[in-house]
Amino acid sequence: MNADSNLSHGLVKDDPVLRARIEDFLYLEADLLDEWRIEEWFALFAEGATYEVPPTGDDKEADPATSLFYIADDYVRLRERVVRLTKKEAHSEFPRSQQRHMISNVRITGIAAGVADVSCNFITYRAKRGVVDSYYGKHLYRIDCAASPWKIKSKRSVLSMDMLYPGKLTIIV
Amino acid sequence: MDITVPNPGLPLTSSDMVVEDRQRHLFRVARRAFTDEEVLEQERRQIFDRCWLYLGHGSEIRNTCDFVTRAVGGRELIFNRDRGGAVHAFLNTCPHRGAMVVREKKGNALSFRCFYHGWSFNVNGRFASRFEEGNYGKEHYGGGCADLTQVPRLESYRDFWFVNFDRNAVSLSDYLAGAKEYIDLVADQGEAEMEIVGSGQQYIINANWKLLAENSIDAFHGFPVHSTYFDYLQNIGSLRSDGFNAKGMTSLGNGHAVIEYASPWGRPIARWVPSWGEEKRELVERIRQGLIQRFGEERGLRIAETSRNMVIFPNLVINDIMAITVRTFYPDAANRMTVSAWALGARDEDHELRKLRLFNFLEFLGPGGFATPDDQEALENCQRGYRNQREAAWNDISKGMPRVGPPKNDDEEQMRCFWRQWRQRMAGAV
Repeated sequence: MNADSNLSHGLVKDDPVLRARIEDFLYLEADLLDEWRIEEWFALFAEGATYEVPPTGDDKEADPATSLFYIADDYVRLRERVVRLTKKEAHSEFPRSQQRHMISNVRITGIAAGVADVSCNFITYRAKRGVVDSYYGKHLYRIDCAASPWKIKSKRSVLSMDMLYPGKLTIIV
Repeated sequence: MDITVPNPGLPLTSSDMVVEDRQRHLFRVARRAFTDEEVLEQERRQIFDRCWLYLGHGSEIRNTCDFVTRAVGGRELIFNRDRGGAVHAFLNTCPHRGAMVVREKKGNALSFRCFYHGWSFNVNGRFASRFEEGNYGKEHYGGGCADLTQVPRLESYRDFWFVNFDRNAVSLSDYLAGAKEYIDLVADQGEAEMEIVGSGQQYIINANWKLLAENSIDAFHGFPVHSTYFDYLQNIGSLRSDGFNAKGMTSLGNGHAVIEYASPWGRPIARWVPSWGEEKRELVERIRQGLIQRFGEERGLRIAETSRNMVIFPNLVINDIMAITVRTFYPDAANRMTVSAWALGARDEDHELRKLRLFNFLEFLGPGGFATPDDQEALENCQRGYRNQREAAWNDISKGMPRVGPPKNDDEEQMRCFWRQWRQRMAGAV
């Protein structure tokens, strides 16, 4: 985790203005996902970024090198995930599901060199063919606030579910 | 449409639900077999109460006093190793009033204690409480009536542990029959032994359990359902086009079947693809040479190069593909199953190779993979389509029947093996 030490960018973690800007950024991300503007969503990520969903019931520090995740994408595979989802042949998302991403409890947990560690709670609803799935848990972000525009360096979505009731994890929660 | 070959009438009993006409190359399965709760009840009695069912891998309880709890065949079980190292499977229910004694998913404990009234047990299942005199008599202390109940049969092959609720079942070894050779091809990949990596994936599919048994060994659906996965391999430069030619399928006896084919994808053991980078090439090549050294050119390359999808009747899948997945599933209802899937790797595996194995697993497999979710979509669509069964009552599983010579892996003979066994079991003929 980042230490709250480097103030050279004028960013501190208990700055309410910064938190408001981060919330806006996360709301933008959620909106892009809700609207299936998934290529624009991918553009929020910095080159070399990672996107992970650890196994349910595991601790938050789980490592995809030693533990079986649900999703452990490097930048290339995340790009390919997005490419796949734009295709009609991604059958599980054809016809496309409807989604709504809710986030709350946004906290800046650390900041260094303009890069913020952010956590927030989430609940994401997915509706398709008369079935409503819900996914819930905590997002852990590392956001480069020194970049212009801001870029996500990593996103880890830790599910608080004890098993994956919806069966699929085809959407970005 | 050939109106001289009408579909059979609506089936009344499970033995009418599988219709094979070799002369006319027709194999039909009634959609009712996937939807009817009475059929499921009969499956519970004739199949799940009598077949060998996968419980877990020995590596999950490697140390003495390790335990995991697991639902198998509709029961709640404790799979554990006692203080002396012996492996047990207990029914997870207190002999006193029935509460589940162990409630954690896994752990290590010197004894088990039921929280309801405090009855406790040694990890070998023996009643271990000592109440004041006058509370309980001899039958409780040493008479066995207060011990945890053992599963009637528990046997293993290459550290894959199975249970059977039928005391009179044939041995596991006889039951596995030809499947043992293919378990060997997986178990031999580690120089020391194999292990389950991390915890497994558990998820729900809203479809009948037999749809997943079929799907797991179905090469016919590969390109139509998974084109986006193959596009992905192509995009990143991992598609090795010398692959996927049909090598064929083998009936392994007792309803088990396997398909084997040249791999279009990379395999951590041991088939390098360019997207892994040059630095991994040497590592994978070393593993490959090691296999050839240990098993000779033919078997060594077979382990390294080819992929295998196997179903062990009724509900165990061991797919040795871009990674090894061990998968079992059980019906919660006729139209719903719970799936448990694990990754298997060599215990002494190099850290980089292990990382690669898990990365590779996720590119295809599991709820977040680029392929498994589309399988789930297909299965759930089938289940939904069966709502039309009063007018459209039959599945067709005939592909390859007129073929002269051995079946191809994208024929449907492997499913026919499954269904013939299903029919026999349901009729009580096995």
